[in-house]
Amino acid sequence: MRPASEDELSEMVRAARGPLVVRGGGTRALGRPGIGDLLETGGLSGITLYEPGALTVVVRAGTPLADLEAALHAEGQRLPFEPMDMRALLGSSGIPTVGGMVASNASGPRRVQAGACRDSLIGVRLVDGTGTVIKNGGRVMKNVTGYDLVKLMAGSWGTLGVLTECSFKLLPVPAAEVTLLGDEVSPQQAVQIMGQALGTPYEVNGAAWGANGRVALRIEGFAEQVAYRGAALRAALGGTWEMLDGEASADLWRGIRDVKAFAGQAGDVWRISVRPSDAPEMVARAGCPVAMDWGGGLIWALCASGRDLRADLGAFRGHATLIRGSEATRAALPVFQPEAAPVAALAQGLRARFDPRGVLNPGLMG
Amino acid sequence: MEMPVPNPAILAKRNRVLARLATILPGEALISDEAERRAYECDALTAYRCVPMAVALPASTGEVAAILRICHEEGVPVVPRGSGTSLAGGALPTEDSIILGVARLREVLEVNYPDRYIRVQTGITNLAVTGEVEGDGFFYAPDPSSQLACAIAGNIAMNSGGAHCLKYGVTTNNLLGVTMVLMDGTVVELGGAHLDAAGYDLMGLVCGSEGQLGVVTEATLRILPKPEGARPVLIGFDSNEVAGACVSDIIKAGVLPVAIEFMDRPCIRACEDFAKAGYPDCEALLIVEVEGSEAEIDEQLGLIMQIARRHNPVELRESQSEEESKKIWLGRKSAFGAMGQINDYMCLDGTIPVSSLPFVLRRIGEMSTEFGLDVANVFHAGDGNMHPLILFDANKPGDLERCEALGAEILKLCVEAGGCLTGEHGVGIEKRDLMSVQFAPEDLEAQMRIKDVFDPRWLLNPAKVFPLAASAARRAA
Repeated sequence: MRPASEDELSEMVRAARGPLVVRGGGTRALGRPGIGDLLETGGLSGITLYEPGALTVVVRAGTPLADLEAALHAEGQRLPFEPMDMRALLGSSGIPTVGGMVASNASGPRRVQAGACRDSLIGVRLVDGTGTVIKNGGRVMKNVTGYDLVKLMAGSWGTLGVLTECSFKLLPVPAAEVTLLGDEVSPQQAVQIMGQALGTPYEVNGAAWGANGRVALRIEGFAEQVAYRGAALRAALGGTWEMLDGEASADLWRGIRDVKAFAGQAGDVWRISVRPSDAPEMVARAGCPVAMDWGGGLIWALCASGRDLRADLGAFRGHATLIRGSEATRAALPVFQPEAAPVAALAQGLRARFDPRGVLNPGLMG
Repeated sequence: MEMPVPNPAILAKRNRVLARLATILPGEALISDEAERRAYECDALTAYRCVPMAVALPASTGEVAAILRICHEEGVPVVPRGSGTSLAGGALPTEDSIILGVARLREVLEVNYPDRYIRVQTGITNLAVTGEVEGDGFFYAPDPSSQLACAIAGNIAMNSGGAHCLKYGVTTNNLLGVTMVLMDGTVVELGGAHLDAAGYDLMGLVCGSEGQLGVVTEATLRILPKPEGARPVLIGFDSNEVAGACVSDIIKAGVLPVAIEFMDRPCIRACEDFAKAGYPDCEALLIVEVEGSEAEIDEQLGLIMQIARRHNPVELRESQSEEESKKIWLGRKSAFGAMGQINDYMCLDGTIPVSSLPFVLRRIGEMSTEFGLDVANVFHAGDGNMHPLILFDANKPGDLERCEALGAEILKLCVEAGGCLTGEHGVGIEKRDLMSVQFAPEDLEAQMRIKDVFDPRWLLNPAKVFPLAASAARRAA
C-alpha cells in the first residue's frame, strides 16, 4: 500500500485487518523482519512550508531526505542533528525519508552540541492505529501548548502512529569547519580528552574516537572564528594535532556519522548509549572492535554473529540496541534494551491507547 | 475562570486523610492550619485563589511516594507545586486537593564536569543550579525571568524557556534524566546521564506535562561551558515592520545570536521612564546579543550592524564595554517592573512565526483600540515568543474581564497566524479553555489518553491544561 494523501493513509489504517509494516524508504529496518502488509509513506512527499527567515521547515514524511537537505542547502541552512545514512552499515538500499529519520530519532555526531533529531523536531502530524489523524506541536520553535507528543513520536519506530508531516527548526550552515585529529590513544585517554574538549567554551560539535585509535574533534563557525577556536583548543589540550579543514574534515565526519568502519565487515553491530565516563569500562566488557562518538556517550560495537552482547555488558546505566544482526541473532535477542517493569508498563499502556488493535509494526518495540 | 466544584465526599474525609499523612510525615512537613495553608492558595497568577485541604512538604522521593500512595488510595486530588511562580495557574489548588510542594527537596546530588551534568533534587531554584557550577566555568542554559525563585520541578513541568532559547533551547533540550513518582506511588527512572532513550522518549513526554503525569523529584541536567564573553547591540527603527524584517535578515545571514529581544513604543517609553536606560525615542527596538571571544563578538556584531544599516535604523549602538552592555539590558530587564509601576498588567505568552510579526503587531494595535486597553509588546523575536502586556486597572469593575477577553483574542490571533497559545509559561488554568482553538478534539483526546496511562484516575493536577468540558468524564470516573 502506498497512500497518496494523509486521508488515504488514514482510510488504509482504519481498514487494516491485520499487522502493517510501516516503511519510509526501508533503509533503517532493524529488528525481526516485519510480518504483515507493507505500508509505504513515499507517496506523501514534498515541502509544505519553508521560511528561511524563521529557521523552520514543514515537510511531508515520505519526502526523500536528500530532497529536503538540498532545499535547505540552497538557503544556506541545514538540519542541526546530522542524521546518519544507514545504508552502508546495514547493506540496505532505497531512499532515506524524513519520516524514517524521525521514527528512528537518527542523530549524528553533532548531537553532543546541537541536540538530537527529537530536539529539532517541533511539530508532527500522524495517523494513529485507529486511523485517526492527530497533530501536535506546530511550526514555531517555542511551544509548550499541551503535552509534547512530538518527542514521543521521535524514536517510536512507527509503533504509535504513522507520521505524515514533520516540522523542524534549522540552523545556518557555518562558513567553515576544522577538525583536530590526535595521536593514537586508548579508549580511556580518548574519553578524557574528549570530555576536556567538550568542556571548553569553543563549542566543539563533534568528538569521536575511531578504530584507528585517534580522537577527532570538530569546530564549525565563521572562518576567523574557526581558526581562532581551533588554535585555542589545541593549546588547551596540548599534544600534537593534525588539522583538517574543508572537504577533508567533512568527509571524515560523514564516515564517523555512518559508521563506515563497520560497513561491509562481518558480524553483528550494536549501538550502546552510555554516560561518557563509563564508556571505557563498556569498551573493555565488549572486548570487540568499537568506535566511539558523542565524546564517548555512543559506542558502536562490531561483535561475533549471534553473541548476546547485552549479557556480557552486564548492568550499566544506559542501553544497548541491536542495529545489525544475523537472522539467528535477531530471532534470539530483543532489539531494544528491556526496560524496568514500571517503565515497560507505561510503554505498553501508550501502545494500547495509540494502537489498540496492535496493527502498527507489532512487536518491534515490545 | 471556572474550577470544578469540590467533591463533598473528599472534603468529608479530610481528617482521616490528614491522620494518615501524619503517620508518614514529620510534623513540620504537613500543614493543616488554615492560616498557613493560605500561603499556598495561589501562584503568580494571583487573580485566582483557593485554599487547599492540606499542604505536604516531603523531603525525599520516598516521602513523595508515600504521600501519593495514600492520596491514590483515598482518591484525593494532588496539586504539585515548585516555587509557585507559575503565571498560568499551574499550581492553583482546589478546595478538595492536597498541595504537594517540593520546597524541601533542595539537595545537589552530584556535579560531574567530565560528563557535563548536574543531578539535583527538584526543589532547588533554577539560578542555584547555575550558582553551583559557575565558579568552575559552567552554567545551566534555560533562564526563565523568574529564575531567582522558580524551582527546577516547575521548569520541568512547564518546559520553561528564557531569553537565550534561540541558541540553547528550552528545558526539554537540557534535561537528561528524571526520577519521577507516579500517582500510585511507583517510582520510575527515565533517561539518565546518557543522551537518548532506550525505548519511547517518556522523559520528553513528561517535560511540559504540567505536573499531570507524575511528580519529578530528581533531575539530571546538562550543564554547558560558559562562553568567553557576550555583548549586545541596540538597534532602533521607525516601524515594527522594518524591525521584523531586520530580525529575519539577521537570521538568514547565518549569524546565530544568543538573544534577539524586541520592544515596541509603549514598552520602550515605560522602560525609559522607569529605568532611564537611554533608549532612543522610536517605534521599535531590538537588542541583539552574541557570544564568543572579543574578536568573534566584533566579527558577528559587525555583520549584524551591516544588515541593520540596510534597514535605515534610527539608532545603532554597539556596546563596547560591560558597563554599556548592562545599560542596554537594564531597560529590557526592568520592562515588567516598569509596567507594574504604571498599571496592573496581564502578561501573555503566545508564539508566532517570525514572518508574521508585523501583521500580528498591527492587529494587536487595532484590538487594543477596540477594547480600550493599552498593550505593550516585549518579546523574544528570534524564536517568535511574544509577551504582550495588557494594561488594566484591577480596581475598576469590569477591567479584568475586558483584559481577559482581549488576551483571549490576542492568543487566538497567534494561533491563526500559525503559532500557538503559549511559548514558555504553560497552559495551566489560564489558557485551558482556549485549547480547542489550537487543537481539534482528536488532538486533545490523544493527549488525554496519555494522562490515562500515567494517572488513570486523573488525580494529579486534574483541572488544568484541558478544557473542563473535555476532561469532565475522565475526572468524574
